[in-house]
Amino acid sequence: MIRDERLIFEKSVPGRIGFTLPANDVPEVDLTETFGEGVLRSSGPEIPEVSEVDVIRHYTNLSRRNYGVDSGFYPLGSCTMKYNPKINEDIASIDGFSQMHPLQNPMSAQGCLEIFYRMDKYLAEILGMERVTLQPAAGAQGEMTGLMIIKAYHMSRYDEKRVKIIVPDSSHGTNPASAALAGFEVVQIPSDEKGCVDMTALEEILDDTVAGLMLTNPNTLGLFEENILKISEMVHKCGGLLYYDGANMNAIMGIARPGDMGFDIAHVNLHKTFSTPHGGGGPGSGPIGVVKELVPFLPVPVIEKQDDYYVLDYDRPLSIGKVKSFYGNFSVVLKAFSYIMMMGPQGLKSASQAAVLNANYIRKKLEDLYDIPYNRICMHEFVLSADRQAQKGVTALDIAKNLLDEGYHPPTVYFPLIVHETMMIEPTETESPETLDAFVETMRRIAQLAETDPEGLKHAPKNTYVTRLDEVKAARNPVLRWRP
Amino acid sequence: MKSSYIPMTGEQQDAMLAAVGVNSVEELFSAIPEELRLKEDLDIPAPLSEYELKKHMMALSQQNFDSSWNLCFLGAGIYDHFIPSAVKHITSRQEFYTAYTPYQPEISQGVLQSIFEYQTMISELSGMDAANASLYDGATALYEAVLLAVRHTDRKEVLIARSVNPEYRKVLYSGLKYSGIIIKEIEFYTSTVEDKKSGTLDFDRLQSEINENTAAVVIQSPNFFGIIEDIKSASQKAREAGALMIAVCDPISLGVLESPGALGADIAVGEAQPLGNPMNFGGPLLGYFAVKSPYIRRMPGRIAGQTTDSEGRRGFVLTLQAREQHIRREKATSNICTNQALCALTATVYLSLMGRKGLKEVARQCIDKSYYTYRALLESGQADKVFNAPFFREFVVKPKTDPELLNDVLLAEGIIGGYDLSKEYPELEGCWLVAVTEKRTKDEIDMFVRKVSSICQGGLQK
Repeated sequence: MIRDERLIFEKSVPGRIGFTLPANDVPEVDLTETFGEGVLRSSGPEIPEVSEVDVIRHYTNLSRRNYGVDSGFYPLGSCTMKYNPKINEDIASIDGFSQMHPLQNPMSAQGCLEIFYRMDKYLAEILGMERVTLQPAAGAQGEMTGLMIIKAYHMSRYDEKRVKIIVPDSSHGTNPASAALAGFEVVQIPSDEKGCVDMTALEEILDDTVAGLMLTNPNTLGLFEENILKISEMVHKCGGLLYYDGANMNAIMGIARPGDMGFDIAHVNLHKTFSTPHGGGGPGSGPIGVVKELVPFLPVPVIEKQDDYYVLDYDRPLSIGKVKSFYGNFSVVLKAFSYIMMMGPQGLKSASQAAVLNANYIRKKLEDLYDIPYNRICMHEFVLSADRQAQKGVTALDIAKNLLDEGYHPPTVYFPLIVHETMMIEPTETESPETLDAFVETMRRIAQLAETDPEGLKHAPKNTYVTRLDEVKAARNPVLRWRP
Repeated sequence: MKSSYIPMTGEQQDAMLAAVGVNSVEELFSAIPEELRLKEDLDIPAPLSEYELKKHMMALSQQNFDSSWNLCFLGAGIYDHFIPSAVKHITSRQEFYTAYTPYQPEISQGVLQSIFEYQTMISELSGMDAANASLYDGATALYEAVLLAVRHTDRKEVLIARSVNPEYRKVLYSGLKYSGIIIKEIEFYTSTVEDKKSGTLDFDRLQSEINENTAAVVIQSPNFFGIIEDIKSASQKAREAGALMIAVCDPISLGVLESPGALGADIAVGEAQPLGNPMNFGGPLLGYFAVKSPYIRRMPGRIAGQTTDSEGRRGFVLTLQAREQHIRREKATSNICTNQALCALTATVYLSLMGRKGLKEVARQCIDKSYYTYRALLESGQADKVFNAPFFREFVVKPKTDPELLNDVLLAEGIIGGYDLSKEYPELEGCWLVAVTEKRTKDEIDMFVRKVSSICQGGLQK
């Protein structure tokens, strides 16, 4: 590969173009006369002047410095990096979907609305909920929407003293961040020695100031909260609501449902569980389902079927309003819809079963060489600790960087925060046993090297486009844009 | 395991179960209480093959009146611009679209450098010092901007022009409902049609509402009616009161219009969908967020920064992460995690292809073609003038026929008509917001004007 570190701006040649446009076949407006003084741009913008070939080569070369699910194994815990079926991308590109304007007359958008309506039904069934809104653009926005609904529910009952949201210490960072943003006080509870919610601590916190509890189940250690029915009973008894963080829903599709566990609100990440691509960080989609009592609070519009037609229902006085413009990330919903249609009930269940079996298989194959703090049958992911290796000077980060050299995307490191030198491994169901075996072999080799040649593991990665980057320098002296 | 996306065979499954030390797949789920385990299949449709799925989805798409075979004159925040083929070819590269967030920078230089380039382009367009890696959409970007201003000024009141996109204002109201932040709306001038200021922010109202409690002044330019606002004067008012100026600006318009940064705004946000992203029935969109340097460390969401690797070579990382939820939890500047990375890449590739000249040309054609349409509609005698201020790409007229009826008839003729303003602005009953992009030709516009005027002459009434 030819090494070319230049930015697109540094390839700009004055006068070069990379576009064609329709002829401007109408009379020209005199800009200065029409707009007057000070309205027109006095300089720039410094957008590069490059040809189409320049652009294609530049970004093709950039893409080669990136690693996708199609490049190889991506056992990134809590992120469910499963394969993204190609047909879904083709469907999302159909003009009849991609070239639709959101404010068109609903009668001219019946295909889009039918997809929203049916997706609401399918996800409600999968989650065990009454209705689903597809408006949230991502998991964190789903959380925010759910918390706004919790607030609105309590306020509708004039129960204004409920200011606390409980989150476990193993929760995703978005949980406390969303709760704080929604105006709640965040109370963290510890995990017990089995990695689940500490029931005594929970008992102590629960009172009439609790608005709700946010829980991931299976939790971020990959363990199912065995006391979930007891937990939901306790929270409901004190008048609080239960929010399900669906980041780990890939473990239980068709096997168990948040609604049956007693959750009142549940989000799913279509970009995790339902195979839509992560796009290098987004776009995602974070629909939330709610129980019957909370349906009136859902964001507007709700898509309803009246006679034979789909309509947008804005007339919902108790609704929390809008969390995002229009109806959600439609094209992401479309891909997840296609996935569900191709998997069917058996396929979804098989996916969860295989995901769980794969995780347990890796756990079992590594348990002698790595510490596994909560070593029992796990769900779709598990957490190991590189504590033993760290004592030899090889940290979880070092192991991750060595995996880069071996052609893998490493597991999630240093999360959840309650385990030292954490590596969180989630293989997903789309990986073959051969892939798992090869990964296990690499992890075992690294563990052995940590014993025999720890120093040799300290300098990875060596085979990547860049070596370890100076993050301290980046934060201390931020360079966030190119300057001409 | 019966799915083409699950490679494990029955034999392999048995071997793996044995390796794990369990007798059945069910045993793996023994931690789930028996009463919670589903006894029946989910009630969702039986699986389709890929071919059947394609047919099914084609049939659904054919129930839609999309802009590939209908002429789109609808805007109101989402626009039907031309997208070069090369854009999709880049964003369809798996290394980009199937990748995760670039938390492992050594194998993510592609997306990190593209974010850095995106941040640069957005900063250039908006005249700001820095931009973040993207937010969900223009509406949530405005919400985040307001939060930034409230925290920075430690004040609780926000003044927002009523001519800001109604969707944005709704998202703001929902998000701030229990925050203790007070939102006050500032009217637009409606004095007389001939007044050059009609349709723009009412500065007398702004003057009477702004005070030492004001955290931010929010205006949109071009505003929801397509009209260009005086960001400079509004910024001056904000500065005098110690408030921050938040400008909501369309990125295409910034090819020819002065940047909000140069006009004194502190924060610029907006919807960058028009930069190469399809309309997609309203999502995914692309919220951009740019600030002057004092506010960089208060920005929400991810930011890419330049640094060097251990051999001294240029490289990029996600930086200033101590603002973000995965580090700061409840003390983070925002809860955002997943953003709109691929849409930001789309915008970057689009802008690279268009270049400075192309962007100007697109903006220029939007102006010329929208003015041509506007004048032709007025000249037809079947639509009246409503405002008199200069506009960009979009304008308001009052046709002789009710906009809703007019749109219905136009749709039957293959035209997606303008936006009926009475839905959000009761005082603009009968007013119609029409958008004209560079995609429309003179012939198409002439046909549109002919049809509108013949429908109006037909005297269709509610």
